[in-house]
Amino acid sequence: MDLKNLSIKKVHEAMINGEFTSVDLVNEYKKVYEEKNGELNAYLEFFDDAIEQAKEADEKFKDGSAVLMTGIPVAIKDNILFKGHKAGAASKVLEGYTATYDADVIKKLREAGAVIIGRTNMDEFAMGASTENSAYGPTKNPHDTSRVPGGSSGGSVAAVASDMALVTLGSDTGGSIRQPSAFCGVVGLKPTYGSVSRSGLMAMGSSLDCIGPIGKSVSDVEAVFETIKGKDEMDSTSIPDDLYEKKNTKKPVIGVPTINYPKYKGDEQWDLASNENLEKAVKKFKDLGYDVKTIELPNIRYSVPAYYVVMPAEVSANLSRFDGVKYGLHKDGENLIDDYFKTRGEGLGAEVKRRVLVGTYVLSAGYADQYYYKAQAVRDQIRADYKKAFENVDVILTPTTAGPAFKIGEKINDPVAMYLEDIFTSPANMTGLPAMSVPSGAVSVNGKNLPLGVQLMASHQREDLLFKVGKEFLGEK
Amino acid sequence: MIEKKDIEHLAKLSRIELTESDNQGLTKDIESILGYVDQLKEVEADLTEKKAGENRNVLREDENPHESGIHTKDILKEAPSTEDNFIKVKNIL
Repeated sequence: MDLKNLSIKKVHEAMINGEFTSVDLVNEYKKVYEEKNGELNAYLEFFDDAIEQAKEADEKFKDGSAVLMTGIPVAIKDNILFKGHKAGAASKVLEGYTATYDADVIKKLREAGAVIIGRTNMDEFAMGASTENSAYGPTKNPHDTSRVPGGSSGGSVAAVASDMALVTLGSDTGGSIRQPSAFCGVVGLKPTYGSVSRSGLMAMGSSLDCIGPIGKSVSDVEAVFETIKGKDEMDSTSIPDDLYEKKNTKKPVIGVPTINYPKYKGDEQWDLASNENLEKAVKKFKDLGYDVKTIELPNIRYSVPAYYVVMPAEVSANLSRFDGVKYGLHKDGENLIDDYFKTRGEGLGAEVKRRVLVGTYVLSAGYADQYYYKAQAVRDQIRADYKKAFENVDVILTPTTAGPAFKIGEKINDPVAMYLEDIFTSPANMTGLPAMSVPSGAVSVNGKNLPLGVQLMASHQREDLLFKVGKEFLGEK
Repeated sequence: MIEKKDIEHLAKLSRIELTESDNQGLTKDIESILGYVDQLKEVEADLTEKKAGENRNVLREDENPHESGIHTKDILKEAPSTEDNFIKVKNIL
């Protein structure tokens, strides 16, 4: 089967015409998984019951109840709960945990007849930008296995890029869907905050977390998004479809911000390839007849520093639940509180500990004003910047990352260098805006072709504009 | 300036046991992270009204509970230690 050129629409038509079944397709992906996963480590598990689910989907084609997503194989990030299946956020502290309920996204996908084929590797609790922080070893970039796939949804993205899955779900708290999508040459969407329920997603930064789809095309990502979105009573921050007013837009106007980012350790972070690549993307949009304007977003240079205050603060609260009492790892100490210390000391990885401690620091008496409340104020200023920008433009175009995928081990000992991977992506989380990375060009490094991406951002609940502009940019019908 | 004793204090508040080598790495890392986020000082902001942020939970009435006990077995199965229908922990008092 020609997995490389498959799309959800093609699969759907083939299944209606009886060219192949969902069982056939799941078996194909399983074959590729068996062939490639040993090297890439994109999956933590290919589910035993995938074929059973596919059989149920095939029945729906027989009885005429099949919809677009029926029989479509979907792999999910290891922080999304699928009842009766293991889920561990790639952390030792959840070793052996089996989900006791379905995430809302799983409910919706299963109702549509999609087949959940496996769970994918990630940075522990989605904390990282390289998938090196997994307790189960790093995932490798299918384009160059000496490089990272990005993160934290590195497994979900590498699975799509290596044809081990047609589409996958990731989560995005500061760029965790979009940055790896750029590094691996696929499409990744971070939806509007609240448009997809967080129920059943292991919480990291609750005011920032979003579940979103990853695929080879904008159309595939759109099809999954349409299935998983919607208000859910189990997530009180989820929103109805029509919460934000939509202005009438015939031909979207594209805005490109002039960016004065803070520098870190000189200029080596800033890869010229991304700038050149952005210029090419701008030219392409102009050739497609788009009006491209320069815009100002004066406060986005403070997005990463504010993000690395707000997010750890939320992390420190959210991760207090891992105490060795309710689920997962338990390490015995002298008394109850000692159990907590030992379980968390042994079960949580280095980056998770760093963020819990930073979060505890920025929330502590005497420092909260200087850090936490200041960061919230900056967050409001960034929101205001975007609101103003969207009065004049409809879609904002930036690079997704500062450069192509970096080497495994290159940034792992320098947390701040790793954090700067979020430079273009974190504003969407800080503001709740939808943003999508689409493949755009590549650079050749030592004979390997490394993909790059550009990011499209729109105002709240305007995913429709991202899909429209993204499809035209990629030449999708 | 973050010192070893600060890391020990934060770890205690966070209920995390650290090894000696954990502590050394964390002192250096957290120092550099806080150094980086310190650029927020450059921003002028009015902090008289402290806010939790735009995204907040909307509480609902706790009504129409599901039938008692239907999830008990599944949930208890995940707990490291149980007794009858309870999760078991060490004596607190």
